[in-house]
Amino acid sequence: MNRTEYEILPEKKFSLGLDELSHFRELIFFFTWRDIKIRYKQTVIGFAWAILQPLLMMFVITFTFGKMMEGKTHLPYPLSIFIGLLLWNVFSSGVTNAGNSMLTNAHIIRKIYFPRLIIPLSSVFGSLFDFLVGLPLLIVMLAWYHFPFHPMNALIGIPSAILLTFLSTFAMGTLLAALTVKYRDFRYIIPFLVQILFFITPVIMPTRIVENNALRFLLSCNPMTSAIELFRCSFNGIWPDPQLLFASISSSLILLVLAFYYFRKTETYFADLA
Amino acid sequence: MKPILEIQNVSKSFRILHDNQPYLSLRDSIASIFRRSASSSEIFWALKEISFQVKQGESIGIIGKNGAGKSTLLKILSKITPPTSGKIVVRGRIASLLEVGTGFHPELSGRENVFLNGSILGMKRAEISKKFDEIIDFSGTEKFLDTPLKHYSSGMQLRLAFAVAAFLEPEIMIIDEVLAVGDAEFQRKCIGKMEDVSRSGRTILFVSHDLNAVQTLCSSVIHLEHGQIKASGETASIISGYLNSQSISAEWSASRKKEQPYFEKISIALKGEQPSLKLEIKFRICSPGTMRNSFVAFNIATGSGAMVGQAIPELDPFISIENAEAEFVSEIDLNGFVPGDYMISAWVGPHFNETYDWQKGIAGFTIVDSPQKKRTFPHPPAHGAIVPSSRIIS
Repeated sequence: MNRTEYEILPEKKFSLGLDELSHFRELIFFFTWRDIKIRYKQTVIGFAWAILQPLLMMFVITFTFGKMMEGKTHLPYPLSIFIGLLLWNVFSSGVTNAGNSMLTNAHIIRKIYFPRLIIPLSSVFGSLFDFLVGLPLLIVMLAWYHFPFHPMNALIGIPSAILLTFLSTFAMGTLLAALTVKYRDFRYIIPFLVQILFFITPVIMPTRIVENNALRFLLSCNPMTSAIELFRCSFNGIWPDPQLLFASISSSLILLVLAFYYFRKTETYFADLA
Repeated sequence: MKPILEIQNVSKSFRILHDNQPYLSLRDSIASIFRRSASSSEIFWALKEISFQVKQGESIGIIGKNGAGKSTLLKILSKITPPTSGKIVVRGRIASLLEVGTGFHPELSGRENVFLNGSILGMKRAEISKKFDEIIDFSGTEKFLDTPLKHYSSGMQLRLAFAVAAFLEPEIMIIDEVLAVGDAEFQRKCIGKMEDVSRSGRTILFVSHDLNAVQTLCSSVIHLEHGQIKASGETASIISGYLNSQSISAEWSASRKKEQPYFEKISIALKGEQPSLKLEIKFRICSPGTMRNSFVAFNIATGSGAMVGQAIPELDPFISIENAEAEFVSEIDLNGFVPGDYMISAWVGPHFNETYDWQKGIAGFTIVDSPQKKRTFPHPPAHGAIVPSSRIIS
């Protein structure tokens, strides 16, 4: 018989717990799959919502800001917005779902053990799925605008943009999930926070044309700024400002470390609090 | 060989916040930085210095009253909540069933829920696929595999849930009171399955109020009281010790005065032992004005709310008090009542459709012993709350 010996102790030693996560990878898959399935259950058009949401938003923004922004973006304005929205939606829905995930799954947490990190993690994977569903529409739009595409930029830009989006969404969502278990105030803070972040994310306007220094600084502290600018550079061929990239990527890594540390430190007591 | 489970001096405390909810609000936390007083909290020890060992293949029952710490102990063993102090050494794969059907989602189909639930319980996908047909067969829900769970009857949901759990193959199985639900036939099936499990050399930790089930399944028993081990050892002797330690009495008193005759104080106590158990009810009636000839009635319901019956102590003499109060003692025979929790409601009035006072759910009592001596078959709720005495006469 394969003997696995372990100890249950009052304070767990701090560890990343990545081997345990990989042991439970099937559960990550099942939770992600459940979240996706349930999100579009009982809707008439199902997955089409994942495409429709950014598309409608794109029309609204183009209609509102189109005149003002004319000629200020390298890409056609609707395309520029759509590219930003695709990633932004991953972040906003991922952070919202992951932030609330501990409470929506409280009944499971109270009854069975598995690494708690699986719950916010699968919420984020669920949001990435929406991104994949939106991709074909992006290709259609690119075709419509005669394929503005820079393969060399895309080779680095697209993977790093997706990775950065995933990391910042995961970091922010996990931190908020742990905080929400302890302080229910965060249930109300999260939607508000996501809204504020939207305005300091370069979806509506590219970072280059922001002249206000304070706003520029805020933009570069936003982890999503680098992700969106890198994604765009695959299509407009303009590399983002390295200083801004550095600030934005560092802030997302700092957030990740902070989130991981806080989550690991508090997770053992989730079952008592949730 | 080393024991498969070693529990060493395990304690668990909770902080009870008197005027707060169990979770904090941000404001409280910020405020407490400035004001260092924790005056409104109190430490409660759910478990205190628990130590015991479990050898491989043993099945151990854990018994005790509500609040004795049984569930907390199981939660610590399942890693759901950490102990406050102490240490547990585990030498095997644990599966814990604190509930069946954890994670079931009403919108997903039966098939999908089997995979989700199995995975939550720690099974691999390949393992679930392999056992899928058996699981469905055991649950008897094959016709509804692709129907969303919300259209299942509660019995069907439960059968499906238990079926998944029944095919877990851990080395150590932790089970909390999950047999207390479901219909009788299915319960028989489950107990049979659990006996198979324990015979196949796996280790079982089993918490239950149903002492018959404990007796059938467990070779030894731990009796918990107020978070400590009161006694442990061979099943029969521990259970009989537990039964003797039970003496239930409860008291209720009216919170305010009324203008009509009313119950001022009621206390109940169990007297004697099975099969001739009696419930003694002392009650005090206060009558501020006139009172017509009245009688009292006591309703007995099970802990889950199902009526068992109504006892009306002799109608003659009627009770009649003018501007005074009086105390009465009555006695109810609990012939054939099965183990379980019961609630008492008290009624007083002059006519069956005219009520002076009706106090619902004033006091509860628990019966722990079967009315049938030497009975080993459990008392599933679906078989009712009373076992009429019976015999074979020819």
